[in-house]
Amino acid sequence: MDRIPILKMGRCLLVTIQVDLLDQTALALQDDLSERIAATAAHGVLIDISALEIVDSFVGRILATISGIAAIMGATLVVVGMQPAVAITLVELGLSLDGVRTALDVERGMALLQASERAHGGV
Amino acid sequence: MVASDPRAGAMALLAERDIVACRQLVRKLAQELKFTLVDQTKMITAASELSRNTIVYGQGGEMRWEIVTEGLRSGLRLVFEDHGPGIADTALALTDGWTSGTGMGIGLSGSRRLVNDFELHTVVGEGTRVTITRWR
Repeated sequence: MDRIPILKMGRCLLVTIQVDLLDQTALALQDDLSERIAATAAHGVLIDISALEIVDSFVGRILATISGIAAIMGATLVVVGMQPAVAITLVELGLSLDGVRTALDVERGMALLQASERAHGGV
Repeated sequence: MVASDPRAGAMALLAERDIVACRQLVRKLAQELKFTLVDQTKMITAASELSRNTIVYGQGGEMRWEIVTEGLRSGLRLVFEDHGPGIADTALALTDGWTSGTGMGIGLSGSRRLVNDFELHTVVGEGTRVTITRWR
């Protein structure tokens, strides 16, 4: 089974999803990310989904779950790069991605993470 | 009167990997029909939801596809059929938030919003057939 690589950049973890996701691959990412957040004490996690041509309810649920897990572990998750057609479809599908922070691209996502770290008195 | 284009086919939906194959096939068909990017995305997303239902809840089945024309317009029709347990309360199944399993409960109701025509036929103990059509 494919696993999605998780890169560490300072106190952030960066995940770029570049494959059409199998359900099992998405579930594995949920587990891997939780472990990496714990192992690295990451403050922020950035998931780049700009290469994803669709986000269905399964992947949407996993993004929401990862966001919840990250929050409990003291990290902020930002999902970046969602294509406009994907956003339109998600809303019509009925997925609001409650609690998931988003940004238009990696740069803006990073800025959001840095701002949130400063607000929490991070080092 | 709906006249059907001879272009039609089917694929088995048996394992999780088939969800990805189904999305790829629907993307190819929607692109051939010159759907807009948003319409392609909606149809592929609906196919992803319904193929997962067929595999996870229907214990496997198949998707049949057909390029349909009606007057001057053409569209893509997909039929997802399984011989699983069926759905006892279809009105409830089409309500947002209803789920028989581990999902978020928007697979059926959500995919209905992504297409132009949606038909659900289910018999308890015999199976479920969902037919969706999106017009260009």
